[in-house]
Amino acid sequence: MKETQEESGTRGKERNIRKRDRYDDVESSACSVLFRVFRFLLRSWIASLVLACATAARAQGELSGQAAIEWRIFPQQAISSEQQRSYLSVAVQPEYHYKWDNDKQSFTFAPFARLDHHDKERTHFDIRELTWLKAGDGWELRLGIRKVFWGVTESQHLVDIINQTDLVENLDGEDKLGQPMVNLALIRNWGTLDLFVLPGFRERKFPGGKGRLRTTLPVDSDRAVYESKRGRGRIDWAARWARTFGDWDVGLSHFHGTSREPRLLPGADSGGKPVLIPRYDIIHQTGLDLQWTKGQWLWKLEAIRRTGQGGQARKGGRYTALTGGFEYTFSHFAGSRVDLGLISEYLYDERGEKAATPFQDDIMVGARLALNDAQSSEALFGVIVDRHTGASFLNLEASRRLGNRWKFSLESRGFAGVRRADPLFGLRRDSYLQLELALYF
Amino acid sequence: MKKILLLLTLCLWPLSVLAQNPEEKGLEIAVEADRRDAGFKDYVADMAMILKNKHGEESARLLRVAILEVNGDGDKSLSIFDEPRDVNGTALLSFSHKAGTDDQWLYLPALKRVKRIASADKSGAFMGSEFAYEDISSQEVEKYTYKYLRDETYDGQNCFVIERYPVDRYSGYKRQLVWIDKAEYRTLKTDYYDRKDSLLKTFTAKGYKRHLGKYWRAGEMLMVNHQTGKSTRLEWNNYKFRTGLKDADFTQESLKRAR
Repeated sequence: MKETQEESGTRGKERNIRKRDRYDDVESSACSVLFRVFRFLLRSWIASLVLACATAARAQGELSGQAAIEWRIFPQQAISSEQQRSYLSVAVQPEYHYKWDNDKQSFTFAPFARLDHHDKERTHFDIRELTWLKAGDGWELRLGIRKVFWGVTESQHLVDIINQTDLVENLDGEDKLGQPMVNLALIRNWGTLDLFVLPGFRERKFPGGKGRLRTTLPVDSDRAVYESKRGRGRIDWAARWARTFGDWDVGLSHFHGTSREPRLLPGADSGGKPVLIPRYDIIHQTGLDLQWTKGQWLWKLEAIRRTGQGGQARKGGRYTALTGGFEYTFSHFAGSRVDLGLISEYLYDERGEKAATPFQDDIMVGARLALNDAQSSEALFGVIVDRHTGASFLNLEASRRLGNRWKFSLESRGFAGVRRADPLFGLRRDSYLQLELALYF
Repeated sequence: MKKILLLLTLCLWPLSVLAQNPEEKGLEIAVEADRRDAGFKDYVADMAMILKNKHGEESARLLRVAILEVNGDGDKSLSIFDEPRDVNGTALLSFSHKAGTDDQWLYLPALKRVKRIASADKSGAFMGSEFAYEDISSQEVEKYTYKYLRDETYDGQNCFVIERYPVDRYSGYKRQLVWIDKAEYRTLKTDYYDRKDSLLKTFTAKGYKRHLGKYWRAGEMLMVNHQTGKSTRLEWNNYKFRTGLKDADFTQESLKRAR
């Protein structure tokens, strides 16, 4: 139903977009200046890399990383016949780190690749990190591709916006695609100010037709539509100020650019089959993240105000969302060396049932268990329940080290009571169990 | 008049020493030990942590530690983990305080996330070892109250034996018995008593070496848990003092790029 409404509104929106293109021209001339600056910085970066290699003998290099084999089992029959019940895949992420200049400069390269048994979209390659870092007195400059995390809450990460989510990796949104950037951090007594110029937009990756954990209609990323006429070439920017005041950690951020979160509109692929087409709007997002650490308590809040999502002319394109709650830790639980943490968070989105997120008025409760043993055995369980429909999203993550180099992880996510109007409806039969064995080197 | 006062003071001085109660003497020993270690400014060292379970099976962790002395407050420390490999790059930033709980931030490299953690969990095991966070964090005089017990010979050295009581209600201990050598005021042994006042752990330190002609640091530390039969051995290497570390090297930003 919702998807059809989206479609009828599309034509009107296109007109608005054309109007905005003129306004975008001013922006694009500013962009071209930024682009030239970026090109210059890129050149100096390459030059410094060459220099770095020349001084290699005097510096320290380190190769580390991980390789993992993963098995996902879906107990329920899929919606589509091309989807499977068992998926095997392997992933590798080596990392080369090299530092010199008394650790004031470093270079990091971390490519990532996954090979999936069935889903050709999940078989993917990405450069997670390719960065040159220079640390000065009260400032740090980073140039290249990397990942940045903002925020404090556990159930979802609203404020975190720099990187695109690597959705084929995991549903939890914690795996990210490497983002090209110039990042200058000013570290002063009034706090840390991070400035970002973000050239090169990364499209969200979606599972393919043969993959599970996808929308009922598969997403055709090749047909993605952009509000910016520069498409993926638009240069975005962001800034964040963060400071610690005693027990309080505060962060204030702003992002202007192409939304990392596309709207999914119904369309057809090149063969005429019905698919969903991602549409990326230009948005402004202001974010606040706050944590109060007192005794055994952690109190957390993340809030965002976003405009432009769903087109700037649309009323629904302006909204507030927040996540807030606490984590309380019982150390030496019941006289043992086990730590037990209880977590609860409230998830809110002003758009209510119209929200693209399933978490518009939901409560999360969870528990974190750390055995504090030599194998660092730990588990995290959480359930997010919709206050109106009762739909629940269950999560379990547990891991244990084997020897010194191996780690075994178990992950399970489940969906219960998901109704037709819920954005999680496509996943209603995709509850799964995942076993992973990883080798670290 | 002044001379009479001085004379009077000199006469009464031994009396005042005699009158010193065990609490005052205990505190005096702790203050002296603290005074002797003051002024080191900063140091870095490599640490190997060897965990041994009751069956004698061992597993190792390798980390690098940097400490900054803070005038008027507890020290700042930054610990970077190299092994086991799955925690490679994980780092912990700690600001210890003379009063109240310490501030701690943990950097998780896979998520690129800095997490402020509840340091009220000070009695929790550090990296699954027999050392609690409070055992390895900076030992400030103000964190305990004291009582001198007796003189005793330990490992062939003349020692003071003092008892100390943690001030912080989040501490995992009721009391600790500490053996401090009279010659250099180094901690040679500590018995830890849990909240129920039963003997929980014994700490011993050996292989002390003097740095910059003044600052004693142990080469090996051992913590034995009497209740579980497990133990943890710390081997310290490559101590370097006064490396020129500053406050700016102990921030959430430096935590992110420490590795």
